[in-house]
Amino acid sequence: MVLEVVRKETAPTPALGTRARGRAHAREVVPVGQPTAASDEKRLLRYEMMPHMLCPGCGHGIIFEAMLRALARRYETLDDVAFVAGIGCSSRVVGYVDACTLHTTHGRPLTFATGLKLARPELEVVVVTGDGDGLSIGGNHLIHAARRNIDLTCVLFNNEIYGMTGGQLAPTTIPGAYTSTSPQGNHERPFDAAALVEAAGATFVARAQSYRSREFEELFLRSLDHRGFSFLEVMSDCTEYFARTNRLGNGADLLISQARAEPAIEEDLAGRPTLQDVPARPVRPVMPMGVLHESSRQTLEEAMGLSGDRP
Amino acid sequence: MPERQLIQGNEACARAALAAGCTFFAGYPISPSSEIAELLVRELPRSGGVFIQMEDEIASMGAVLGASLGGRRAMTATSGPGFTLMQEHLGYASLAEIPCVVVDVMRGGPSTGLPTSPAQGDVMQARWGSHGDRATVALAPGDVGEVYALTIEAFRLAEMLRTPVAVLYDEVIGHMREGVVLHVPTPEEIGRRTGPLEPFSPSFLPYAPDAHGVAGVPDFGRGYRFHVTGLMHDERGYPTSDHATVARLLERLERKLDAVVGAVPPERYRLEDASVVLVAYGIVARAARAAVDQLRAEGVRAGLLRTRLLWPVPSDAVADVVGRAELVVVAEMNRGQWALEVERLARRSVALAPYLKAGGSVITAEELADHVRSVTRDEVAV
Repeated sequence: MVLEVVRKETAPTPALGTRARGRAHAREVVPVGQPTAASDEKRLLRYEMMPHMLCPGCGHGIIFEAMLRALARRYETLDDVAFVAGIGCSSRVVGYVDACTLHTTHGRPLTFATGLKLARPELEVVVVTGDGDGLSIGGNHLIHAARRNIDLTCVLFNNEIYGMTGGQLAPTTIPGAYTSTSPQGNHERPFDAAALVEAAGATFVARAQSYRSREFEELFLRSLDHRGFSFLEVMSDCTEYFARTNRLGNGADLLISQARAEPAIEEDLAGRPTLQDVPARPVRPVMPMGVLHESSRQTLEEAMGLSGDRP
Repeated sequence: MPERQLIQGNEACARAALAAGCTFFAGYPISPSSEIAELLVRELPRSGGVFIQMEDEIASMGAVLGASLGGRRAMTATSGPGFTLMQEHLGYASLAEIPCVVVDVMRGGPSTGLPTSPAQGDVMQARWGSHGDRATVALAPGDVGEVYALTIEAFRLAEMLRTPVAVLYDEVIGHMREGVVLHVPTPEEIGRRTGPLEPFSPSFLPYAPDAHGVAGVPDFGRGYRFHVTGLMHDERGYPTSDHATVARLLERLERKLDAVVGAVPPERYRLEDASVVLVAYGIVARAARAAVDQLRAEGVRAGLLRTRLLWPVPSDAVADVVGRAELVVVAEMNRGQWALEVERLARRSVALAPYLKAGGSVITAEELADHVRSVTRDEVAV
């Protein structure tokens, strides 16, 4: 069956008008789901940066491929698209895109992106961050970027752990989960990133999953199209640390655990015993997916009188 | 011909930034530097510039670097505690070769310290504040007119050498008003950003050095697709852990700053026959000059070496002057920071008697002359 993304739209989609930024090398958008030329997105890769450093089964690879697919639908080349990332597994993926890519310091990609966007409003600026990068060390910058409603797209890969440094507790780790710095089980409540950013003033907030990369692809394109601060949280999986430490199985098992955390489809999976549920082990909460908030208000660039249109 | 104006040091700094083509400022309020931001927020938007007050100094420095990569001449201004928060991004700018100017109006520290009192406590922070081995540039103007001139020079050096340049002066210079002529800088004084030498191609190397050892990194969104990282990188800009490549990169980043020494020469005052050499910078140099005159009137062969460049150290000039002296007095408003560099460059037979004052008040000519008198009376016959 076809599974619909749960939408909790709080406002009707406003007419956004034609966007000029980053479009010098744009193409007619190919609708999601409609096949493009075989391996079309691979032309946007930097092959000389391969092999990549993601682990087998890591959700980030699925998300990254979906990002590339979305970009390939919109752009011939990425000359006017800048990717700004922080530090962590998620942030490393920007290096594999053949664009203007900026791998900054831990937690601070939104600060670099803010300067770049105000300096060059005509560029499409996409921030890639992780849950540790964006919500812990960089949490302050995240809420302020949302408050300003600067016209950036921020994609936060949430794998609920610090993968690159060896599987430590994150501000998104679910209660009770074991990590290398919570060997007794996590005592802390995790952040609801989407709710936080919506409260801070973001005008487009959505949540997706690596489990359903087509929906992510569509939401990513909508984030790019939105005028104002777009925040797209995408649930990912760390097979190497989170799954191993918590005995949650392999990459495929984790994808099913993501599916079961979504109300629209948990029923369909109720009969599937594949997930290696262990009594007293942490269970992912059910959380809403899709577009969680969409509204329209003046962007920072508009308020400052900066034109994003090309001359 | 521009007229002489009575303006404050911080105002001269902001005027210089505008004259030097600065079109982006990101900052966070902090005494005693806030006047720079308050002037630029009014002036920048009038000429297509951008001003943004960020959520903290870490964010300010990040925004400056992002804007600079976008092709803007970008700066921030702060004081000691904010300069501390900026250090990680200053290291990033050094390694990724992103031009920027940071003005640090020094106040008493450590910690919150003396927010509106003068000090020269950030000299070593400007050198070693960021982790790892990193060569830095720090200029030290001595009066309001020189704040103007050296802020323009800071932009020229930053853009040409693609490196962060710090301008360090104390609270007194920042808030003092003097009559200065704000001359319009020539294109040579403003300088040009070192950029790519060839058009984009798949084999383009954004971090290949030019003849001066500077990488011609392009601006974002100008037809070049490339990678910028705070990881050690090769000439493609891609991360590497190859030891030889990393060693070569670190050496190049240090070597390219040698050009700064010749560009910002020290001032030599009555040094021709001096056996007592005072070494000072910033506001202290004014007192030191007066002290030299007092001592000369008493028959002491005193002179002043006033450096306008703290980092890299103008080693040859210091070694030359100090090498001919019998007594060297480094005067600074801290517990002895640049004095360590002078000590390093002095030969063993030279008597060193630094005059150090940290506590929030300036060094006067009288106390400095008294210090020299007491040292010469007690320790050496000059």
